[in-house]
Amino acid sequence: MILALHDFWSAQGCLILQPYDMRMGAGTFHTATTLRALGPEPWNAAFVQPCRRPTDGRYGENPNRLQHYYQYQVILKPSPPDIQDLYLKSLEVIGVDPLKHDIRFVEDDWESPTLGAWGLGWEVWCDGMEVTQFTYFQQMGGFDCKPVAGELTYGLERLAMYIQGVDNVYDLDFNGRGVCYGDVFLENERQMSKWNFEVADTDALFDLFAKAEAECRRSLEAGVPIAAYEQAVEASHVFNLLQARGVISVQERASYMARVRDLARSSCEKYAEKMTPEWQARYPEWTL
Amino acid sequence: MTDFLLELRSEEIPARMQRGAREELDKLFRAQMAAAGVSPGAITVWSTPRRLVLIARDLPDTTAAVSEEFKGPRTSAPEQALEGFLRKTGLTRDQLQDRDGVWFAVIDKPGRAVKDVLAEAIPSIIRQFSWPKSQRWGAASLSTECLRWVRPLSGIVAILGEELVECAVDGIASGYATHGHRFHCPGEITIGSAADYQEKLRACHVIVDHEERQDTIRREAAAVAAAAGLTLVADEGLVVENAGLTEWPVPLLGRFDEAFLDVPPEVIQLTARVNQKYFVCTGADGKLANAFVCTANITADDPAVVVDGNRKVLAARLSDARFFWEQDQKVSLEDHARKLARITFHEKLGTVADKVERVAKLARWLAEEGIVPGANPDLAEQAARLCKADLVTEMVGEFPELQGLMGGYYARAAGLPDAVADAVRDHYKPVGQGDEVPTAPVTVAVSLADKLDTLRSFFGIEEKPTGSKDPFALRRAALGIIRVIQDNGLRFGVAEGDLLDFFADRLKVQQREAGVRHDIIDAVFALGGEDDLVRLLARVNAVQSYIETAEGANLLAGYKRAANILKKEDWQGIEGQIAQTGEEDPLAMVDDPLVASAVAAKMAMRHAPGLPYDPEPAEAALIAALDEAEPKATAAIAAEDFAGAMAALATLRGPIDAFFESVTVNDADPAKRGQRLALLARFRAAVHNVADFSRIEG
Repeated sequence: MILALHDFWSAQGCLILQPYDMRMGAGTFHTATTLRALGPEPWNAAFVQPCRRPTDGRYGENPNRLQHYYQYQVILKPSPPDIQDLYLKSLEVIGVDPLKHDIRFVEDDWESPTLGAWGLGWEVWCDGMEVTQFTYFQQMGGFDCKPVAGELTYGLERLAMYIQGVDNVYDLDFNGRGVCYGDVFLENERQMSKWNFEVADTDALFDLFAKAEAECRRSLEAGVPIAAYEQAVEASHVFNLLQARGVISVQERASYMARVRDLARSSCEKYAEKMTPEWQARYPEWTL
Repeated sequence: MTDFLLELRSEEIPARMQRGAREELDKLFRAQMAAAGVSPGAITVWSTPRRLVLIARDLPDTTAAVSEEFKGPRTSAPEQALEGFLRKTGLTRDQLQDRDGVWFAVIDKPGRAVKDVLAEAIPSIIRQFSWPKSQRWGAASLSTECLRWVRPLSGIVAILGEELVECAVDGIASGYATHGHRFHCPGEITIGSAADYQEKLRACHVIVDHEERQDTIRREAAAVAAAAGLTLVADEGLVVENAGLTEWPVPLLGRFDEAFLDVPPEVIQLTARVNQKYFVCTGADGKLANAFVCTANITADDPAVVVDGNRKVLAARLSDARFFWEQDQKVSLEDHARKLARITFHEKLGTVADKVERVAKLARWLAEEGIVPGANPDLAEQAARLCKADLVTEMVGEFPELQGLMGGYYARAAGLPDAVADAVRDHYKPVGQGDEVPTAPVTVAVSLADKLDTLRSFFGIEEKPTGSKDPFALRRAALGIIRVIQDNGLRFGVAEGDLLDFFADRLKVQQREAGVRHDIIDAVFALGGEDDLVRLLARVNAVQSYIETAEGANLLAGYKRAANILKKEDWQGIEGQIAQTGEEDPLAMVDDPLVASAVAAKMAMRHAPGLPYDPEPAEAALIAALDEAEPKATAAIAAEDFAGAMAALATLRGPIDAFFESVTVNDADPAKRGQRLALLARFRAAVHNVADFSRIEG
């Protein structure tokens, strides 16, 4: 399935990239999405990104909720006029026939206060299941996207469940030779759910958060915003872990989120500022 | 006369915005036509997820020709004045008319082709169009000045009669071509005119009329449920939403695992409705059945495949709901309640746990004092302590609208008394206007205590609603209290000071909406100081029902006449007459030892029983009637028998009429005048015992 998507999007002119090698909550955090959504240059890329959402862990007991899963992400900047048609063709490529399955575009605007970003779009339903998040980025890191990028985020496990007709994610056939998704990941889900919710050392996590924050600031001052951005991504994930451990009170929650947001925004800002001369050299009319 | 078709095609428009968009299109089109002097016939506006459509009937081919006349300078005026006029009108001197020494310019504006008017109107409608949220897209979005639409705009069909109205917005040009259903008929189709539009699209699996799609969903959803021996739970919101999500709606029935029915039915319904936009069904026993109705947007090759997919999604959602339901019950409600200490209620009012503590004390007090008759104080306190515990449960975290209800379920499942579980469940009630008002005593005590605490607390920190701003929903809380008090006949001083005035305002609004005349409400409120809402409303009702009789209307007329005379004569009362000496404070004199005896003597004379002259018969009759009516009315009011008080006052109606018939108030004799004015004042005061009639219209 991943190969079919790579083939399809590569033929549409996308670069095929690899996952970002950090723990993150969504493919949107990949620098190929966030940072590349800034600036005037065309950018078309597709990649798989493993995602971690500690609070979504269900100890392997829910048929389609996982604390670790895979997203397939496509970013097309500027958004092409036939982006919806391209997306639907990609579904056919992986075996979703729109006359057999009920495909719908249901309003779902996207907002990431953490990234100072928002966009309008839909969640794409396949027989009532959200299989893709489809967004036209309007702002990123607090800056207007000029031009607007279209972002497609496929839930790979969910789509595979449809294509294979299985009710439970752990029953997905992994290789056509008897290995299923559960054989690979069930024990991980059990142990990681337990770790996320019950075991993780919260003192160490608080410490990690503080260190990531400090390192982010240091990197910003040193003029390496991409490194700073990595630390913001790290802080964001540590915050999610703390949330799962239930040690952040309602009042503290808002302040932690504001701290993460500040890191991510500052990184995007510094990146955009650093890149602006280069962008303007190629697009003289363009302003940040 | 020609019909005009406009279709604005775009990527999927959110269902909730379509109604507003139809209104906006209608409004902007009418405004454009009015500005051009075109009056269209009937206008129809339709929407689907992918298009906004307007059909205007009977447009003229050209706008009316207009001839405008401008008056210029006199022919004798200096040359500069004439030149200015020529510049302004754009004419030459020989085109002007000389009428009696004054230049006139007549400019004939020929009619314009309506097609040209439309070609200008369409781009400006698109640019002016206001969406709740709009976006930029594509290559043009390199600049922020580009066109914005709710989602990318992809095409324009504009046909007047059978002719294309040529126009373009940001590179999107009008044409005859549109698209049918995204999957059933993906290619282009050509529209000939407004006349064939709807049927051509229907042939391409698009029902353009949103109301027709709504009808289809309503009818077919009920039909598939009936075919399975079930009854659809009607839900107009879902009908409209599903019609906004489909161009070719096909309701399908599916089943879910019966085991999920252990989860409360409200949770199942909400899960199906909010997350999946499914209808639910009830069985022959009236209970929720293990069935759902989803609305597909295709006639699927095999509907069972679509249903099965939807079933899986619902199963996963219900599985989550059951997970929450089971997790929540692993902890007692008391333990959940402890976590409320972590939630801030308001920065100046402490945590939710602090609030719960106050509510518990108040609920107990309301029960102990017998203000809520029959409420067991222990149960009231217990229920109050648990009433907010569900706020920290997983289920309410997922579905905030289930607050209260879940607490009630968890309390019952834990074996707590029904009175406690009911109170936890219903203590938010009444929420909206049509919502039911609690009557179970323990529930009433908790409901009242919760809302009273909210109001007192926020008034205590000067957080009062202003204008349209009421962030803490205090108006709703006050109205809830009023309804609980009314429906249960609760007798107590609800508040004082500012807060009492706030209640008075809410009560006025509520009574006005219930059809009580606002002037009568004002008349009763003008008495002031009433904090017992039940007594206050009894008074309002008695006054209203009396005033609406012929007798009441006459008494009111008599009252108004008396009041007018008193006002005209600037009657300050007998003491007031004494005061007319230049003293600023009439009472200052009373304490003055030099005049004290004189004042006392004069007062004694004025207030002496009987009159210093022979009263006329009608005058004597009115005095007698007042002597009899006053104590009766006073006693009736004390007994809260306001109908009785009105009946006592009613006996004054004949005498006051007769008095005005035959007695001259403004007698030449100042003693007579004074006594008669005093008598009128006494009559006015008697009536005022019930309400300030001067505020009643009529």
